[in-house]
Parts: sequence; structure tokens; C-alpha cells
Amino acid sequence: MIVADYQTNRFPTWCPGCGDFGIWGALKTSWVKMGWNPWDFAIVFGIGCSGNMADFIKVYGFHSLHGRALPNAVGLKIANHKLPVVVVAGDGDCYGEGGNHFIHTCRGNHDISLVVHDNRVYGLTTGQVAPTATQGFKSKSTPDGIIEVRINPLALAITQGATFVAQGFAGDIPHLTQLLIDSYNHRGFSVVNVLQPCVTFNKINTYMYYREHTYKLDSSHNPQDKISALTKVMDDERIPLGILYKEERKTYEQSLNQIATNTLVEKPYNLNLNSLLNEFK
Amino acid sequence: MNNLPQQTLTWKIGGEAGFGIMTVGLMFSKVSIREGFHIFDYVEYPSLIRGGHNVYEVRVSSNEVYCQERKVDILVALNQETVSLHKDEMKDDSVIIYDNEKTKISATDFAPSVILLAVPIAKIIKEAGASLVMQNNVALGASCAVIGFSKETMLLVIKDMFLDKGEQVVKDNSIAATLGYDYVSNNYKDKFAKKLTPSKTNDQIVLTGNEAIGLAALASDCRFYCAYPMSPSSSLLHFMAAKADECGIVVKHAEDEIAVINMGIGASYGGIRAMVGTSGGGFSLMVEGLGLAGLTETSLVIFEGQRPGPATGLPTWTAQADLEFLMHAAQDEFPRIILSPGDVEEAFWLTVEAFNLADIYQTPVFILSDKYLAESHKSAAPFDFTKIKIDRGKLITSGNTTDLSKYLRYQDTSDGISPRVIVGTKGTYFLTNSYEHEENGLSTEDSSQRIKQVNKRARKLVLYENNLPAPNLYGDMDSDITLIAWGSTKGPVISALAQNNYVIAGKTVNFLHLNHVWPLPRKAISNILSRSKKRIMIEGNSTGQMGKVLRRETGVVVDDYLLKYDGRPFYEDEIIDKVTKSL
Ligand SMILES: Cc1ncc(C[n+]2csc(CCOP(=O)(O)OP(=O)(O)O)c2C)c(N)n1
Ligand code: SF4
Repeated sequence: MIVADYQTNRFPTWCPGCGDFGIWGALKTSWVKMGWNPWDFAIVFGIGCSGNMADFIKVYGFHSLHGRALPNAVGLKIANHKLPVVVVAGDGDCYGEGGNHFIHTCRGNHDISLVVHDNRVYGLTTGQVAPTATQGFKSKSTPDGIIEVRINPLALAITQGATFVAQGFAGDIPHLTQLLIDSYNHRGFSVVNVLQPCVTFNKINTYMYYREHTYKLDSSHNPQDKISALTKVMDDERIPLGILYKEERKTYEQSLNQIATNTLVEKPYNLNLNSLLNEFK
Repeated sequence: MNNLPQQTLTWKIGGEAGFGIMTVGLMFSKVSIREGFHIFDYVEYPSLIRGGHNVYEVRVSSNEVYCQERKVDILVALNQETVSLHKDEMKDDSVIIYDNEKTKISATDFAPSVILLAVPIAKIIKEAGASLVMQNNVALGASCAVIGFSKETMLLVIKDMFLDKGEQVVKDNSIAATLGYDYVSNNYKDKFAKKLTPSKTNDQIVLTGNEAIGLAALASDCRFYCAYPMSPSSSLLHFMAAKADECGIVVKHAEDEIAVINMGIGASYGGIRAMVGTSGGGFSLMVEGLGLAGLTETSLVIFEGQRPGPATGLPTWTAQADLEFLMHAAQDEFPRIILSPGDVEEAFWLTVEAFNLADIYQTPVFILSDKYLAESHKSAAPFDFTKIKIDRGKLITSGNTTDLSKYLRYQDTSDGISPRVIVGTKGTYFLTNSYEHEENGLSTEDSSQRIKQVNKRARKLVLYENNLPAPNLYGDMDSDITLIAWGSTKGPVISALAQNNYVIAGKTVNFLHLNHVWPLPRKAISNILSRSKKRIMIEGNSTGQMGKVLRRETGVVVDDYLLKYDGRPFYEDEIIDKVTKSL
């Protein structure tokens, strides 16, 4: 497979310069490196500029509702846990509308790779604030500046039980590509938050902003150290890139004896129905 | 049993929540069927865990039983409240079993022929050194002795019910029940007319509507059940969860109902049969997901157990007021099918059908039930599993020889059904899309593509309508009066009519029961109703929802309504009364 093999004949409708192009590129490259055919895995997309990627990619895709990609992915994974499942979502999508699902998917440690386009705005609906927006951020829906403090998705992921928590930058495709590959190779719920400039509606968190405020984690960071990971993700001024936290814990699917050998979808049906009647006699 | 006159009685036990009323009630039902009788039982309880009045009623008969009865032959009062709340339900020759050391009964409250049977339940328990929680077993023993059920049958039921809790539990329960049985046999021998003559020709099962649906789901190869607890759907979640290991299925209690339906959709997309369950409040949260299943053409079975609402409503009571909500839930238009079973047999077979319909039409299919059906036990012949045919519809599996390179997920076929490929099948890929889409699944806003897909989806329902079975008509085609009901209201109506041989106040009465409630078998219904002279619609809501739907869909106007929305099921006398008054 080469990158072009994953491309449909539709050219992306994103604004020129949008960070989504970088994420799109990193995703395709990561699959080439994994050696995945379009039928070897599935992607569930949320609704937003981010989710619109669904039309530009040749794979088994499921374009879901706004906020609901994760529960769709959990259901799919339970049905066929041998199929790698990736979720592509927006920050409004995943941390706002679907925030409850985000917390609970972390708890469950479902073996899914979640890739969130964190642009701190709602792109598709023309630039209102996302829950990731910095307090005071002015938008069409918050002309006086947003009152709420920002959600910290990485801290949330780490404390709620995600077992692979990383941050990438849409402006650094090779680095992001490697993070994605690492997330696929991790058994358990992986959260890859991607800092994604929205060139049209967010004039503050630009490529330049992220180049100035981010740094790459080096070998001095121990991803097994939860407290150190939390300290790093709580710093809004110096933003870490790389694998912040990693832990080995049984996945949800590994905890189900029913699917220890075969997936639900491949299992033969062999219930002894008459014996089920005994308790009703 | 066949040539004997009908033997029948109604037994009722009341006490505080925590007295084990539900357990003893079910044991009584089981003893009854093992003694060769049919039963229907009905429970009433408030939405509380401790305290509050719990009542369990079992109607026993040598003939099939369809519903509960207003009057009681044997009342077991485990507390004072039971006597005061139910003293007006006595028949002339009823028996009241009560603990004379705890409960005061004034004989003047009852007809002289009512037998007041004092059983010092608490004292018996104390003398035997048993725990007070065993009171319910003493009551069971006393009841069985009064009726003449065999002690052996009773002890076998206790053994079967408690064996998985250990030998000791079986022993404790058996001792208490035996004490009650012996006390009545020794002290009140031959005092009652309330005897039933057992017959051993019966191998029936006894189960609730929810259990029938769970069993049918397992028998239909449902491999994923997802729910969030809400009465009266929770018992289905508990049943499925208890079966998950043994049956190799996965049952998920998800974080909320939005997750529930979306997980169900994900699992179905993954290629397995999936079902989700809830009540009206939870379904309100599922509504957007319903549209997702509709637009993506994902097969899904949705169980909705109705209770009175809106909002939190009356959690532990019954209603039939969600029909129009389900018909119209979610924005825009897409095909959906609603089935509403009338009793446990229909609950079983319509669930089997629901899974097939969901797969064939690749669209959401509802099983619309209610608390009355969900939690009432009925005896039934064991289901003949060999009659189950699993039809997964137009499903292309990797084994098929079809060339998948040109596969179109939303192919515009003549019947509207596009062949389906399970995600992960090698050699192809496609987009399953919540946006309006082209045949290949990619998003579109093009006018002609939009029209094409709306029409394609709509054709599926046309096909279904053409294949709809005719509704059941009970009684003579040409009768003076036609009663119409849907779902679980079947029981009281059938019972009221059968007892009167379909003649009330000199008029012949027949009964049209609807269980394929959306879309309706319109032609068959109007054929039947256009011949009836007077039509009375009986349903559990305040606006006559089905009556309005019938008018819209068939042009038939019902002449009168019997509506109930107090959370209680219909009783036979209300139906007979209505018919009599409407003459
Ligand atoms: C239930 C529901 N509410 C609202 C919308 C409208 N909507 C579409 S995308 C979106 C926000 C998108 O923001 P985000 O998730 O951050 O993704 P982005 O477009 O920035 O990639 C909204 C509110 C919707 N589709 N569904
Ligand atoms: S609006 Fe923002 S997020 Fe959406 S495509 Fe344009 S730049 Fe990208």
C-alpha cells in the first residue's frame, strides 16, 4: 500500500492550511507503515470538519453522529475485537457533546485508538468555542469571552483510566505518524490529542503559537509515572508532545471470557435452547 | 382434567417490601403449574426498595388464564395493611390467611361465609428457631395446604428455586414451608371448599414477558444486549446478563442510553445481531441514535417497556402511551417497524420475528411492551425452538462468490434493500454514512441523489407492508360489537369475552387484536372493521392513540373508547361494563 491507495477521488474540503490536512497525511502514512489494507481495520468518524475526513479515505468507515463515535466504536470492537478500530473525532465532538462517552471509554480500556482534532473551536459550525478553548476566548457564541475554564482532556484521560495518552501536533507529521503507530500497537484505549490549528476561526492557537509553546518529551520523561504525566499536561504554557502516559491493563475485550478465543461475529452458534427452559418449569 | 368443569381460584399475598413477596408469589405460580394448572400472575409495588405495600396475585385455573382478577379467593396478609387495603376484594366464600398475633381482623368487615384462617406465622417461625425472613414460606405452605396442593410438589419447587444458593438455603425454606403446610393440615382439616384437584398432564413453563423476550433473543442468535437500567426493562437486562457467560453473548450496561443505542448500532455494524432495551425515558435519549440506525440502514432491535410518564412518571406501573412517540421519534422520515406483543407467547415469537425483520429490512425494529406484560408471569407450553428460522436478509459473506470490487453499500435496488457486507470482509470497503449519501456511501447534497436514497429507504417499508400478516380476530367475523386493542391489553379483553362466550348483554362481540402496530396491516384492518357495526377501542393512554392512528391509516373511525391511564392494567369487569353501557 502507498498513501494514495487510501485516497478517494474527493479532494478535501478543508480550508487551505487547515491542520486537518496534516492529520490526514499522518493517518495515511501510519497505515502504510502498519501494512494495513483498506479492509484490515475500521474507522469511526465523529461529526465536524475532522469527521469530514470520512469522504476522503478508502477504508471501512462509519460516519457517526456528533459526539457518538466512541460508543459506536465500542460496540464494533465488542462484535469483532480482532479488527483494529480507530476513532477520528473533533474536540467539541468528543470532549463536549460526547464527553460522557469519553470518560467511560477510558474507564473501560477498550482497545481503540482515538485521534482528536483539538482546534479549540467548533470548525464546521463556523467557529464557536470548543470546551478546549482558553478561558476568555471570544467567538460568535461567546462575544464577551468564554466564562468556563478549559477542559483538560489529557488529564481527564490519565485519571479516568486510558492506558495510552499522547499528544501530537498537526504541524509535525512524522512525529504524529509515529504516535499513531504506537497507539495502534498499544493494547487498550489510546488517546492521541492532536493540536490542530484552525486557520479560519482560531487566530490565537496558530501554527506559530504551537511552535512557540510546545516541546517534545525526551527520554527523561517516564510514561509510567502518572504524577509526572499529570504535572506536564496541566501546564498550559509549556505544552508537551509525545507519549505522556502508558500503562498495561487488561482491555475490556480481554476481560470477557465469552470472546477469549473467537470474536462474537466469527463464533459458531450452538446454544442448547431446551436446557434454557429448565428454570421456567 | 379435560372433561372436568373449570376449576379456578385467585390467590393474593400482600406485605411490606422486603418480606419476600415476589419470591413466594413466583413459587406459588410454579407449584400451581406443576400441579397441572395454568396461571397468570400480576404484581403491584411502589418504586421503593424498603417499606411500601407489595402485592402479588396469582390466578390459577384448569383452563388457560389471560389476566388478573379483581376478586380474590385466598388472601394472605403478612401485615395489617394487606387486610385494610384488600378487604373489599373478597368473594362470599374467600379465605383470609393471617397472623392472628400480629394482625387484627374484625369479623364484621366480612361476609359470615368468609373464612378467617388464623396462622400464627411469626410464632411458628420463632418456635422452630428459624429466621423471620422465612415468614413467606410459612405462608406458602399454609396456602398450598388450604388448596390441597401436594407438599412434595411444593418442596420440589423450593428445591429447584434455591438450589443454586446452596443446600442450607433449600433446607431452611423447606422447613418453614412444611411448618405452614402442617399447621393448616393439622388444625383446619377439611374446613374449606377452596380445593383444586391436581392433574399431572401438564409440562408448561411459567415466565414473564421480559423473560420470553430474552429467551427469544438468545434463540434468535442475538449476541449483544446493551441497556441502562430503567423499570420495567431492567429485568430483561438482568436476565440477559445472567445468561451471558453460559450463552457466550456479551451484555453491556453502558454509561447512558445514548451510549446504549450507539453501541448497539456499532455491534450490528460489526456483523452480529444486537438488541438494546429501555423504557420511554431512556428511549427519549436514544432518539438521535434511532435516526442513525435508520439513515445508515443498520439492523437493530429496540425493546421499549412502557410505564406511565412523561419524565420519571410512575416507574413501577403500566401504560400504553408511547406508540405515537415511537412512530415519530427522530427527525425526518425513515422506515421503522413496531411490534407490540399481547402475551408471553407473542413476546417470544414477535422477538424472533423482530430480529429477522431488522436483518431483512436493515432498519430499526421495536418490541413495544409495558410493565404489565414485562413483569407478569403466564404459563405457556414450552416454545418449539425447531420452528425458529433465522433470516439474515441480503447478507454477502466472504464465502459468497459475488464480485465485491464494484460493491455499493447503498445500491438503489428495486425493493430498496441493498445487499450488506460485514465490516472487515476482505476485498472491499465502504463508508457507512450518517450524512445523506450516494450509492457508494460518500456524502452528497445533490438533489437527485437525495431523492433516490429517500425513495430507496421508503421502498423497504412498502415491501414490508405487502408482507404483513393479517391481525388476529377473535370471535365471529360478523358480530354486533368489535373491541379493538393492541399489545398487552389483549389478555383482559380475551378473558372478558371468552368467559362470556363472546356474548355480552345479548349482543355478540368480537375482538381485533393488533400486534404489528406500525406500519399497520391497513387493508386487513379495514376489511374487518368496515363490517363491524360498533367499534370500541380499548387502550392504556388518555388520548386514544391507536384509535387516531387507525382513523388516519384506514379511514375507520372508532365509535367509542375505553381508556385507562392510572398505571393499572384493564380488568375484565371494566370491559364488560363498557360494552354493556355502550349498547
Ligand atoms: C446533535 C448535534 N448537535 C449539533 C450539531 C452541529 N455540529 C456539527 S459539527 C459541530 C461542532 C464541531 O466542532 P468539533 O467537534 O470541534 O469539530 P471540528 O469541526 O472543529 O473539527 C456541531 C455543533 C450536530 N451535527 N449534531
Ligand atoms: S474551519 Fe477550521 S477546522 Fe474547519 S476546515 Fe477550516 S481551518 Fe480546518
